Amino acid sequence: MYRHTIKNKVYRFEDLKTLLARASPYRSGDELAGICASSYEERVAAQITLADVPLKTFLNEVVIPYEHDEVTRLIIDTHNKEAFEPISHLTVGEFCDWLLSDDTTTQILQSIATGITPEMAAAVSKLMRNQDLIAVAKKCEVVTRFCNTIGLTGHFSTRLQPNHPTDDPKGVAASIIDGLLYGSGDAVIGINPATDSPTAVANLLLLIDNLRQQFNIPTQACVLSHITTTIQLINEGVPVDLCFQSIAGTEKTNSSFGISLDLIEEAHQATLSLKRGTVGDNVMYFETGQGSCLSANANFGVDQQTCEARAYAVARKYKPLLVNTVVGFIGPEYLYDGKQIIRAALEDHFCGKLLGLPMGVDVCYTNHAEADQDDMDNLLTLLGVAGCNFVMGIPGSDDIMLNYQSTSFHDALYLRKVLDLRPAPEFELWLITQGIVDNKGNLLSVDAMHGLLKAGKI
Amino acid sequence: MKKTIKSAEPLIALQEFTAARIAIGRPGTSIPLKESLEFKLAHAHARDAIYSELDIVGLTDSLKQFNLPVLHLQSMAGYREQYLKRPDLGRKLNEVSLTGLADHHSPTDISIIIAEGLSATAVNANASGLLAALMPLLQSVNLKLADMVLVEQGRVAIADEIASALKAKLSLILIGERPGLSSADSIGVYLTYNPKPGLTDESRNCISNIRPGGLNYKQAAEKIFYLIQESFKRKLSGFLLKDNAGLLK
Repeated sequence: MYRHTIKNKVYRFEDLKTLLARASPYRSGDELAGICASSYEERVAAQITLADVPLKTFLNEVVIPYEHDEVTRLIIDTHNKEAFEPISHLTVGEFCDWLLSDDTTTQILQSIATGITPEMAAAVSKLMRNQDLIAVAKKCEVVTRFCNTIGLTGHFSTRLQPNHPTDDPKGVAASIIDGLLYGSGDAVIGINPATDSPTAVANLLLLIDNLRQQFNIPTQACVLSHITTTIQLINEGVPVDLCFQSIAGTEKTNSSFGISLDLIEEAHQATLSLKRGTVGDNVMYFETGQGSCLSANANFGVDQQTCEARAYAVARKYKPLLVNTVVGFIGPEYLYDGKQIIRAALEDHFCGKLLGLPMGVDVCYTNHAEADQDDMDNLLTLLGVAGCNFVMGIPGSDDIMLNYQSTSFHDALYLRKVLDLRPAPEFELWLITQGIVDNKGNLLSVDAMHGLLKAGKI
Repeated sequence: MKKTIKSAEPLIALQEFTAARIAIGRPGTSIPLKESLEFKLAHAHARDAIYSELDIVGLTDSLKQFNLPVLHLQSMAGYREQYLKRPDLGRKLNEVSLTGLADHHSPTDISIIIAEGLSATAVNANASGLLAALMPLLQSVNLKLADMVLVEQGRVAIADEIASALKAKLSLILIGERPGLSSADSIGVYLTYNPKPGLTDESRNCISNIRPGGLNYKQAAEKIFYLIQESFKRKLSGFLLKDNAGLLK
């Protein structure tokens, strides 16, 4: 039992998970779940109470029972006590001030990452303002490698997302070429297939692989099929660079996705065995998003942001190249408007980075959310300042397969320009060699004779 | 200005391969204003569709051609913002509607329900047209139809409660789909065998993107009719029925 008194009114919070839920900044998903604070005062009372909870408590009181959930077991069993030592005496509130302190450097943050549990990260994020989430995330550099280097300070990458409603190879290729000529695609060229048929997925992988070999592009390919499809394709000798999977923060949600930690491990090992990375072996690509556990009816009274942070424990186990929180895709019943989407994205980015993950964000919204391009511009700019590793690159922001709006090739160029950010170094060199950008990173005009354009017409 | 527009030209040839917004050019590195305004207009259409309202009078009037009583019901979602935030309320009838359905109906085969879903615009434009193509098919095999239902602020699963109260063996709900940038007027049809409260989407079959520029009324009606017949034959709906979807041409 946790409690706090304000003007003779005693607020009681039954357990840690209730306290976390009540302390969460307001969002529609927690209201839908029936777990959010019932007044502004109760929310702040919960935050004041949470600030006094020792970090050590999170190792003794779990939000979902150890016996019932393999994600909880993963969190507890892999907790690094040595890394935790320097912060073990702090409360959540003191941890917040410690994170913001100038003495807490990038190196220190990196050294404690495995000592922080997702619930500790979620807890401290609930006490932080947006600028705190940005300031601390900016200090957390997380660098990963496969065919190039992603996440270096001063660099900003994009996933080129050339989706097509029927997976038409020419249609997909057209969007890839358009994107490459806008300097997009250094995080990955990643397609959401319209079907999960192994043949269709294999054809798309071969399409990207051929293009990449022909032009010697230092990036990686991924078709975002189910992990079991990917394992099958690897066994059939199809060129798989990255293994993709959607993941969540509870065992029951993951099970509704048709996955388990063992299955992810099997896929991880299978993908590693191909040894396709040229500069590193981060082979996993995970996607997450607040609300997925409630949507699967598997949140167990835990608020959606804490559930999301728990998904990062799953991701962390497999040393991913990319983790993407698809923040506004789920709809207004979880994140109602631009304000909630922006807050959630900054929380996810902060928690992921603090836990040592290479975080990217799908800055996005659906048409029934109370949001528009201006909200996305705000979020994109904030994430650029916060040092986000990558965002999506979609022709004109309009994904014609998934029917939602994300960031465009142009958006990424805007961010690179106003914040003086560069693509992944290997990819930038390639862009220069191809005559797509100059030495200063300025985009050049290409003529009709450019090899990539000729390739698109075949 | 002229030069930046020209720079996009080599890419325009690629536009024939996809409806994606490629080769749109760039002033500096930004989206050209013309493109930006086109995008805004498409989004405005989608937003207007979300907040559009069922044309109860017009729909009731045009449904008269099918010679069935038309019931007018409401979900527990009282207003649009609540509907968007609380999908659970959109899946249940409010008390007045529920009481109105009680004990005045004998068993029937099919209950047809119309809800605005996320686009009343889509329903206002396409519901009657689709039914005009579908009803003759249903009548050709002597299926007994329940009173038709127009339900406001309903989600797909509200059909379970309605059809079960109307003692129908199968429910068919016509509902406005989430508007996209390319179309704000698609309806979807969900079919559920043995409908009862508590079912989830795996118990249903869906025919999507029904509108003149997508799946047209005749094609959609034929697909729905095929699924209805298969559903009655096999006494089920949902993913088990979908296994045979290859038979649908």
